Amino acid sequence: MTALSDSSEGRRSALPAVLGKAMRLAATVAFTILGLLVVTFLIGRVVPVDPVLAVVGDRASQSTYDKAFVELGLDQPLYVQFALYVEKAVTGDFGESFLTKKPIIDDIARAFPATLELATVGIIIGTLFGVPVGVWAAVRQGKLADQVVRILGLIGYSAPIFWLGLVGLLIFYAKWGLVAGPGRIDISYEYAFTPTTGLFLLDTAMQGQWDAFRNVVSHIALPAALLGYYSMAYIARMTRSFMLNELAQEYIVTARVKGVAEWRIIWVHALRNAAVPLVTVITLSYAGLLEGSVLTETVFAWPGLGQYLTNSLQNADMNAVLGGILLIGIIFVGLNLLSDFLYTLLDPRVRRRT
Amino acid sequence: MTATPEREGFREWLLSEQPASRGQARIGQAWRTWLAFRSNRLGMVGLTIVVLLVLIAIFADVIAPFDPVLGGDLRTARLLPPSMVHLMGTDDLARDIFSRVVHGARLTLMVVALVAIIATPIGLLVGTTSGYYGGWLDTVLMRITDIFLAFPRLILALAFVAALGPGIENAIIAIAITSWPPYARLARAETLTIRNAEHIDAIRLQGASSLRIIWGHVTPLCLSSVIIRVTLDMAGIILTAAGLGFLGLGAQPPQPEWGAMIAGGRRFLIDYWWVATMPGIAIFVVSLGFNLLGDGLRDVLDPKAAK
Repeated sequence: MTALSDSSEGRRSALPAVLGKAMRLAATVAFTILGLLVVTFLIGRVVPVDPVLAVVGDRASQSTYDKAFVELGLDQPLYVQFALYVEKAVTGDFGESFLTKKPIIDDIARAFPATLELATVGIIIGTLFGVPVGVWAAVRQGKLADQVVRILGLIGYSAPIFWLGLVGLLIFYAKWGLVAGPGRIDISYEYAFTPTTGLFLLDTAMQGQWDAFRNVVSHIALPAALLGYYSMAYIARMTRSFMLNELAQEYIVTARVKGVAEWRIIWVHALRNAAVPLVTVITLSYAGLLEGSVLTETVFAWPGLGQYLTNSLQNADMNAVLGGILLIGIIFVGLNLLSDFLYTLLDPRVRRRT
Repeated sequence: MTATPEREGFREWLLSEQPASRGQARIGQAWRTWLAFRSNRLGMVGLTIVVLLVLIAIFADVIAPFDPVLGGDLRTARLLPPSMVHLMGTDDLARDIFSRVVHGARLTLMVVALVAIIATPIGLLVGTTSGYYGGWLDTVLMRITDIFLAFPRLILALAFVAALGPGIENAIIAIAITSWPPYARLARAETLTIRNAEHIDAIRLQGASSLRIIWGHVTPLCLSSVIIRVTLDMAGIILTAAGLGFLGLGAQPPQPEWGAMIAGGRRFLIDYWWVATMPGIAIFVVSLGFNLLGDGLRDVLDPKAAK
């Protein structure tokens, strides 16, 4: 009886509860993004790079300097400067790159598809291998298979990604010639198609440029496999622990008693329940690939966000650095939000509990 | 032979069910933990690697056959392949890579130790305060923690290094700033379960101040799970430091930092593979050691989380 009354009460208050949750979530996200802005703003103020000199050059006269100083709003108190910064950031204005002399937002828009493509292929590889491997390890808990998976995972957690990338290049590119070298595409194919989406795999395939497509594949194979390996290590470990949790439940015993085939118990009954937290894990590791991409892109000369960030850093191009960092932070928050949302969508228990 | 009964007596004293003093109980507990840990083979491998790292760092001057910074003859000793004289070969400035890797152990150990020393107290302080007081203070502190967690670690460390300027000290500060939030979360969760325990109520009734309760009674109970977490994080700290070094933002040349050494060897990767590969093996082995040690500690001290 209590269960019944609970659920009817839940239904009555469902709409306001969902709205309330959405409001709370929106407030949290707004607060977090504001916090990100505070962090990048403060870092921008602390750096020893003079923003005025970056604009006027170091041979400007004192009067030009003073004028630029006022124009940049540097004579205002800190909180006014911050308000100005937020106002600009909201409209997508992160200033101009010192290096490319273009608005940061344009630079980032050009670099982002490269990172997106790499991370997406990486997470697809990671999921396709990580989930079955994790299930396999859980089913053979404590046996050889489990140990092998554990060791593969440990290697993934312990080896520096940039070093594995270099070793990969040394073996698969320099020694065996199986894959193409650094970069996204050979220069001879660069003008064979028009980059509409910026995702070269998609662009070349849609325009039927199969030679270029093959070239893109052989360029992306190694870095994507590398990122895929790292996410696989994490996804397999989490899949294993979720599956162990499910396989210990009583409904599994019931299914076995009923005589359900073992493969069905594992791949249908248990995995479906393990899939809910797994979606969160996959979303988060997708976000983690953004981080991995900073080092991977440097190793593979991949013209994405990570390389843009490190290039700007090495040239003390602070606008670009902070813009890039802010964007990555916002994507991170977005993906976190997405994982929360997917969790609610997939798990009716969470949905009812709101 | 005469020593045997004495040792037996000591063992008995250690494992006694009725310890005579608090000290005996504590030492006995530590001994039991050690016995449990010793049976964890991978954990022992990890411990061995970490102990070796510490020994190598201490005796680096004795172990390293050459100077880590001053190179040999630039005409004859550049980019030599691994041999009996130069176990890991030499780099483009005719420096012995083995000696540099050995001295690099000091830098790595310093980074790990300093980050742990800086980040752990911050995390504990924020977490216990937040959990103990609750209310608006909790909300504010946890929101700040969330903001730090919203950045991927390496990216945030990059941002701080950009602000502070490259260098190993700044890299350490940057990594510490990015490391404390998970510890704060953990300490808060532990505090929430401890806060309403009866022994805390008893202390409060005796008139202990909040500060005293937090520092003297709550923090020690949070310590073990936070320490496990820090140990598990150490591999990550090493990898982040190496990543910063690789990007040229951590240790500066000619310091023999492993990440920076890999970056230096990158140009010669295809013809002289050992220059970039050897320091990478060192990073891999050491972070593997910390990972195994952390896993082992968790299995022994916190069997609940191990599953």
